[in-house]
Amino acid sequence: MGIPFGANRAVSPSALELVAVSKTFGEVVALADASFSLRPGTIHALLGENGAGKTSLMRVAFGMVAPDAGSILINGEAVRFHAPSDAIAHGVGMVQQHFSLVPAFTSVENFALGGHGTFDRANVTRRLERYAAELGLSVSADARPSTLSAAEQQQLEIAKALGRECRILILDEPGAVLPPAQAAALLEWLRSYAQRGRSVVLVTHKLRDALAVADDVTVLRHGRTVLSSQVAGITETQLLAAMLGSESNTIERRDVSPIGAATQTRPVASLNAVSAQDSTKRERLHQVTVEIAAGEIVGVAGVERSGHRLLLRILAGRLQPRRGIAEISDSIGFIPEDRHREAISLDLDVRDNIALREAGRRRGWMSWRTWSAYAQRLMKDFDVRAEHERVPVAVLSGGNQQKVVLARELGALPKLIVAENPTRGLDVRAASEIRQRLRDAAKSGAAVVWYSSDLDELVAEAHRVLVLYDGHVRQCAPSRDEIGRAMLGTS
Amino acid sequence: MRVTSRRASGVVAYALATTAVALIAAGLLHVSGYDVVQSARALWGGAFGSVDAFFSSTLVRATPLLIMGCAVALAFRVGVFNVGGDGQFLVGAAASTWVAMVGAALPRGVAILLALAAGAVAGALWGVLPALFRRRWGVFEVLSTLMMNFIAAQMISYLVRGPLQEPTRVFPQSASISDALQLPVIFRGSRLHAGFFIALICVVAVWLWLSRRAGGFNARVTGANPLAAASAGRIDTGAVAFRVFVAGAALCGLAGAVEVLGVTFALYENLSPGYGFTAIAVALLAGLHPLGVLFSAVFLAALDAGASAMQRDVGVPSVTVWVIQALLVLAALTAHALRGRAWRSVRLARS
Repeated sequence: MGIPFGANRAVSPSALELVAVSKTFGEVVALADASFSLRPGTIHALLGENGAGKTSLMRVAFGMVAPDAGSILINGEAVRFHAPSDAIAHGVGMVQQHFSLVPAFTSVENFALGGHGTFDRANVTRRLERYAAELGLSVSADARPSTLSAAEQQQLEIAKALGRECRILILDEPGAVLPPAQAAALLEWLRSYAQRGRSVVLVTHKLRDALAVADDVTVLRHGRTVLSSQVAGITETQLLAAMLGSESNTIERRDVSPIGAATQTRPVASLNAVSAQDSTKRERLHQVTVEIAAGEIVGVAGVERSGHRLLLRILAGRLQPRRGIAEISDSIGFIPEDRHREAISLDLDVRDNIALREAGRRRGWMSWRTWSAYAQRLMKDFDVRAEHERVPVAVLSGGNQQKVVLARELGALPKLIVAENPTRGLDVRAASEIRQRLRDAAKSGAAVVWYSSDLDELVAEAHRVLVLYDGHVRQCAPSRDEIGRAMLGTS
Repeated sequence: MRVTSRRASGVVAYALATTAVALIAAGLLHVSGYDVVQSARALWGGAFGSVDAFFSSTLVRATPLLIMGCAVALAFRVGVFNVGGDGQFLVGAAASTWVAMVGAALPRGVAILLALAAGAVAGALWGVLPALFRRRWGVFEVLSTLMMNFIAAQMISYLVRGPLQEPTRVFPQSASISDALQLPVIFRGSRLHAGFFIALICVVAVWLWLSRRAGGFNARVTGANPLAAASAGRIDTGAVAFRVFVAGAALCGLAGAVEVLGVTFALYENLSPGYGFTAIAVALLAGLHPLGVLFSAVFLAALDAGASAMQRDVGVPSVTVWVIQALLVLAALTAHALRGRAWRSVRLARS
């Protein structure tokens, strides 16, 4: 294959090496002769588009997936993993993209999960506190995952891996759930962790993170290793070219100038002194007054628990404010962040998932022939790659699942679109397609409310940005500095 | 991967499961010292061997299983785990018996319809309480409906020794329902009654509702992912689950009415040989599909009918068939789980 693995390989054995790993699931080839080598004491970024095989390869390294062919070496020694417990015994820890905390367990219990012998709560709590302090984590030992933010849950997951004495830490898309400041803090911590001689694999979509923090980088495409090198001396353009292949060598240039003129007519949505509570009955949105007009793209930014979730759900008509007046158009498209939980049903097929929109208001007979034709049309218009409309959504890639949601919500030509991190976890190409769709919708007169944890996305796409801090809204121009300062509550 | 290949893999899985169960059952019989071939012949003969065996034995037994099987399938599809079919069946039977007693003077058709309706309403009312508890306070319905079964059984014991006892006051059972109010037999010489058609109508109605009606679609998506149903579909999932809960209970009550009006013609204790639980097996074997219930209900009823014949002719205790039933359900669930796992691994590959 002619992959440059770097000269260091001969010097000291790799902390983790995967050699010519292949894996097929049914008819799908996930990995084809993929190789990967992690130097001790380094951070190694693993890049690739959605479905490139990144997660599959790391699941092989963590013993979750048995490869069809290929071998695993830890410190130069061939090993065989039958289950994650084997990998843990060899010092490998992994934090999944979708967390694996037990909802009914407290932090301490989750931390102790998988251990052996007697459960000595006091002792375990002390150990958790030690790792928590190291991570800068301030989680109550008796808190359950549902009361923790995504960042806190992730830190607990990392603490879990550390508690198992792991020397190789694999993080699958750790930035996906974190607001910028916390993502930066995590990367900084990883740096110090690696400096103590441990090794980190960072599975990510974010080229910038990879270049900023990693020592080495490996790119997968269609289950193959297409590039492996040290970060020094490699450019963003080269990485993109490797990820996307020969089909596209151009980086998407974002159109920073405002898109389309906002037609200032009657507002599509207006909130007047609106307050709202979260599920724990705490008021998290205070006296918010906002107007959204047709044709404009309004960005929304805010760190974890700043109240943006509530604001978006009120605008989407999914939540009734506790106080204040919300006047919102009846024609809404809503794209929630967690599509598996809130937007689609994996077991149902594409047609049913498309018919799900506004199903609660429907009566009488379902004309399935009409729905099938409509689903086929949307699949074509939105380039959803599935064999036909009766395929369960579960077998589609993440990007295609998101396109199903987008097709359903935008296909009905709503007057107001509320999108919550719509490009989260998607590869470069799928993300840019989805941005284009939202842009087009605004151009043709829809009001778009767009929350993103990626500030660059907001700066590039929004006409103006509403920044939430501790339940209060501040209006900002689309400038990175201004938004960033407002998010942290400083002016 | 295609939907068709998914179905095909399902059929293969179930065929393998059935074969495995047949082999285990044969082994069991052999070890217990019975002639396997002779037993199998008796089993087959008792279920399908003659017109009489099939219509008077198998299909009569299948009738309550058809109604309750599709009731359970409906509820489970929506994530409502109603295991109180037995209790709902009993109160339905009691209400129907009572109406048949007091309404004997009414025109025949009216009286029968009223008696059937009374069964459905009583079943529904028996389901309202646990459904309300679930909706209001999140009380787990597996516990509440199970407990309601015991209450229903004790209530029947009281009724057949008190208000509904037969006039001579000797036997703990109700008086016989007059001939005029009994469901007519479908053809002369068999015991198969019009209730079988009621059962078929129930199955088709549940199937049509689930697959073609907007309400049925909302029920399916509520079962598949309640959060998405509420958020993306703006469905009042609590109300959907409540209605399906009560509707399933009504069907079970109707099954009780059909049983007293078509088979037993009187109310007595132990009227149900655990139909409510066999119905769960029926629904699971059917993969929770109403039309699948047509096959699984007849299949389990045939096993039951065959078991009686096996006991009579070969001396094999009929409880053996319970073992086979249990094995069948386990095998079906295993096959289902294995298929699900193959399915999930495709998902992993794409993530």
